Amino acid sequence: MTDISSKLFSMSNGRAADISDLNGMDMPRFRETVIDGIGRGLRLAAMFAHETDAGALRLWAILAHDTQSELLPLYTDCTGESYPSLTPQCPQAHGFEREIFEQWGLRPMGHPWLKPIRFQPPYRKDALSAPSATIGITDFFQVDGEEVHEVAVGPVHAGIIEPGHFRFQCHGETVLHLEISLGYQHRGVERRLMNGPDSRSIHYMETLAGDTTVGHAVSYCQITEALSETRAPRRSLAIRGIGLELERIANHIGDLGALSGDVGFLPTMSYCGRIRGDALNMTALLCGNRFGRGLVCPGGVSVDLDAARQAELLRRLEAVESDAASAVNLLWKTSSVMARFEGTGPLTPQVCNEIGLVGPAARACGVRRDIRQDFPSGIYEYVRIPISTHDSGDVLARAYVRWLEIQRAIAFIREQTTNLPDGPVRKPLAGLAANRLAVSLTEGWRGEICHVAVTDDQGRFRHYKICDPSFHNWFGLALALRGQQISDFPLCNKSFNLSYCGHDL
Amino acid sequence: MLDILLARIAQKHRTISYPKGPAPELPDRFAGAPIFDPGPCPEDCGGCADVCPTRAICCEPELRVDLGRCIFCRKCEAACPENHIRFGPDYRMSVRKREHLWADGRALQLAKSLDAAGKRLFGRSLKLRQVSAGGCNACEADVNVLGTVGWDLGRFGIQFVASPRHADGLLITGPVTANMKDALLKTYAATPAPKLVIAVGACAISGGIYSGHEEAADGAVGILPVDLLIPGCPPHPLTILDGLLRLLGRI
Repeated sequence: MTDISSKLFSMSNGRAADISDLNGMDMPRFRETVIDGIGRGLRLAAMFAHETDAGALRLWAILAHDTQSELLPLYTDCTGESYPSLTPQCPQAHGFEREIFEQWGLRPMGHPWLKPIRFQPPYRKDALSAPSATIGITDFFQVDGEEVHEVAVGPVHAGIIEPGHFRFQCHGETVLHLEISLGYQHRGVERRLMNGPDSRSIHYMETLAGDTTVGHAVSYCQITEALSETRAPRRSLAIRGIGLELERIANHIGDLGALSGDVGFLPTMSYCGRIRGDALNMTALLCGNRFGRGLVCPGGVSVDLDAARQAELLRRLEAVESDAASAVNLLWKTSSVMARFEGTGPLTPQVCNEIGLVGPAARACGVRRDIRQDFPSGIYEYVRIPISTHDSGDVLARAYVRWLEIQRAIAFIREQTTNLPDGPVRKPLAGLAANRLAVSLTEGWRGEICHVAVTDDQGRFRHYKICDPSFHNWFGLALALRGQQISDFPLCNKSFNLSYCGHDL
Repeated sequence: MLDILLARIAQKHRTISYPKGPAPELPDRFAGAPIFDPGPCPEDCGGCADVCPTRAICCEPELRVDLGRCIFCRKCEAACPENHIRFGPDYRMSVRKREHLWADGRALQLAKSLDAAGKRLFGRSLKLRQVSAGGCNACEADVNVLGTVGWDLGRFGIQFVASPRHADGLLITGPVTANMKDALLKTYAATPAPKLVIAVGACAISGGIYSGHEEAADGAVGILPVDLLIPGCPPHPLTILDGLLRLLGRI
């Protein structure tokens, strides 16, 4: 059995390749390669389309080979209006194919659930087969039966939270099926990135998912560095790592607090709500902004840490470490909390792999998937953080994985801050190379962030594809609710805590 | 149970004393209201205006910044050859009218409180329905944090409610995407009068970095009557709190 990657051009994370070296093929071979690859355990990191100079629609697939740390980019040029869908054999492709249909009008024939995904205006004005974009107006899957009722929630839903629509098919309290319909947060970012980069590019990256500023900014900067063959200085990589792990800590602490709130356990909810602020203030100590806006820039980082600032960071880190332990460890000792967490919203590793789940949600199913380990880039090429997993796939597992990651992130930050490499924090960038494909994967706090850039003859972005981890994981939430009590929905939702705007872009 | 009590003691009382006491310390690198150093700009410069991602800076007839567009990215500060503009530690930037957001070195016209009738209705109990109309979740997070024990918005009778039917007003974040416009208008209509509208963040005020996008509406200001505008990207929780308290006449 030959390994699929021995026949195809492969590349590493954070690199750019000349498009003429890449794997262009006809549609049947493209389909066969993707289906075969996924059958052997590869994952679909991204799938997207853009127009070529010749007027065709180029369909790209980036396959990720976790165990070999390799990325396999494939493309095929479509001249027709449709092609046989990949989704029936590769469920991971479902969202990407809907997206491509909505953007370009290229119909995946046989897609089991072809409906709008963002309700966005198409990129091709003459895309006749593209669906009309009136948000919320679509066929929702319905279960028939006298005792079955339908519950609709959103877009505006209780709490200070982004909008999305959830349609439950229920029998009594039990959810038979949940459908999640998004698109409310669509701001048109990918469209604006075409022909860039320009003065807004980094800011779009920083606000793609406003709580994942550092994750997306690092991914973007890795793209521009790959395209200009610039290596950011070691000191800046360490500071980027500190920023990424602080972001992870802040969000995970917030999530543990929110999960406590959802089960009515106020002590941890109250303490974590505050401690999250302490973590955000550590990021602000670095760059002045609690979310890390302005921290990361192409070529490195824009701020440095002198000895006094390092000492202050370490002092605050110690306080957060003990406060968080005091607050979070109550959860595992309180039977009312564990009773709510255990067995709620479970997913199996099989489902996890079938739909391409990423991040803590995947690791909570026992799947050892983490970009920092599988495709290390930046500081993670030099430092390994152990993967945090738990086996039960339920709310408890998703909470416990977060707790493990908080502890490991704290250890990492302490280690890096006390051992910052010498040298500059920034290097100027050369121009971006023409006719390249660059791929950048980062383990954001929700999971795998994938950015792909295709440059044109002038070195400008012909297309820039962003895949937030939420794009893979929303479907996981929908599946996790099957057979669950509808009153556990907020708890399950919070255990995933996915980004609406990261999905909608 | 004992563990819970011990943890409670270890976590201590953390609610800040502000506004009775001083404001909590802000990071030294914090970007608050811009400070304009005196002296004329070099002729025909416009360097700051050119680099601004949201075109928030006007150089003629004098240097000024539209805080409703400003995302506090400091690119202007870095681009200026003579240090005429920099971002200082002042977190107080909330205003009642859109035109009061132009900063030019003179003191900002910070938000005045509601009139006597407004204070009678809302001064001790203000229930808000938050609507994220394309917000990236940073403004939402920093509004959410105001409910946590450190800031404790509940002290002032301010609370976020689950339904617009229970609300005295809306707090809007995000540039108002085309896909949320309808929902926003329906939520506003569902809120019983008299009602307030608060726009938090550059996106809600002017569209922020999404200004000019056909997928969004350049903020809530052109769509609904806004009573309080809080600039920032995102505004620091202290800036948001300062704005809310000014509106209610507590500051």
